[in-house]
Amino acid sequence: MPIDKTVSNFEEAVADISDGSVVMIGGFGGAGGMPHLLMLALRDQGARNLTIIGNTAGIAAPTGFGWPDGVEPIDHAVLIENGQIAKVIASFPVSGSVSRPNAFEAGFRAGKIELELVPQGTLAERMRAAGAGIAAFYTPTAAGTMLADGKESRMFDGREYVLEQALHADFALIRARSADTLGNLAYAGTSRTFNPPMAAAAKVTVAEVDEIVEPGGIDPDRVDTPSIYVQRIVARPPASEGGVMLP
Amino acid sequence: MKDPAPRLGREVIAMRVAREFRDGEVVNLGIGIPTLCSDFVPPGVQLMYHSESGLLNCGPLADEGEGDVDLINAGGQFLSPIPGMAYFDSAEAFAMIRGGHIDVTALGALQVSASGDLANWFLPARGVGNVGGAMDLAAGAKRVIVAMEHNGRDGTPKIVPECSYPLTGKGCVSLIVTDIAVIEVLPGGAGLQLIEHAPGWDAASIKSQTEAVLTVSPDLAEITLV
Repeated sequence: MPIDKTVSNFEEAVADISDGSVVMIGGFGGAGGMPHLLMLALRDQGARNLTIIGNTAGIAAPTGFGWPDGVEPIDHAVLIENGQIAKVIASFPVSGSVSRPNAFEAGFRAGKIELELVPQGTLAERMRAAGAGIAAFYTPTAAGTMLADGKESRMFDGREYVLEQALHADFALIRARSADTLGNLAYAGTSRTFNPPMAAAAKVTVAEVDEIVEPGGIDPDRVDTPSIYVQRIVARPPASEGGVMLP
Repeated sequence: MKDPAPRLGREVIAMRVAREFRDGEVVNLGIGIPTLCSDFVPPGVQLMYHSESGLLNCGPLADEGEGDVDLINAGGQFLSPIPGMAYFDSAEAFAMIRGGHIDVTALGALQVSASGDLANWFLPARGVGNVGGAMDLAAGAKRVIVAMEHNGRDGTPKIVPECSYPLTGKGCVSLIVTDIAVIEVLPGGAGLQLIEHAPGWDAASIKSQTEAVLTVSPDLAEITLV
């Protein structure tokens, strides 16, 4: 039987995310590379006590970061405001504007959401390590800072390095431009960011894409994430459908 | 103490930082004054801009309303494309940074210490902060230049014997460019040396705004911008 990882709708794509799951959410922080419809589907699905891992914890809603003018940003706040998030692992969790806090900051201050703050490069490399079977690695980033507190460190060639462990997840919700039915993915521009390392780090990776093509529809030379890392693909409707304007 | 002369504007600080860039260098510019540096790159100097958003080489900011959500810088601003760009994911973007492939980064700062420690990510008053890529850049770039106002808004000196704010990196800063001075961080923890002053400012007036000890270069000169 031909392999086809296409899931017919967003509801089905996230149906088995259970309470307490660890979920990676792709993207950098702006509109590009962010799985908006998977996030909305997870909100509607209602799983609770989730740990979410991503570069941000939703910084676009208060400031419009990386969103075109006139489009209402959709970000992690849809999950946070719905009370589904117990813990965030991120490098850029709060709004860049102190006077316009995001939903995460309110939840953090209220003691409802735990935060593990990780330098951006360490976050990406911890995912890469998880996907590549590396248990831990030494990095110079954060040596001598409070983000290295309680971690092992070691000197190599006269310089201090910090031991960081691989970061795994139950699910990765990611975003790509195109998928073929086997799950090979191609991205657009700066919308790669955390999507490729997340795809490899999670047990189940669900890719939200603009188009699904037949095998051969993506030039093998242009596959960014090979299908081995992708379990489900789901196509977005055209930009104006569903009552939501999408970039 | 009253300022002996006006302080330099943010654009002028950026202009002075941009003089540090050499033809062909790979440069990563932080948010704030550093972002302005790209407007003042000397003629004949071609730079390769690197961004944590997964980008090497790019055009200027996109025109209003022309933005493409798939072409942003690390500050979430839309860029315009130019020939010869490369895109990559976050693991690779930071491999480039930690791997020593970035020649120079310019960053803003809350404090810089006498030994070149940098504090620029966490305001204790807020109680929660964004680290983003700052610690990776501090640890990995070959040269870290700080571009900042010499004093905080309340006049507090930002160049201090030891940082009181949480650190971004230890001993990572090479050069500090402020609105009144250019200060070199001497290698091996040998302290700070004043090398340039803003017009109308002398060593004594700059020292009075600086909590860390400054030695004065025998070649102390007025800031040159061209």
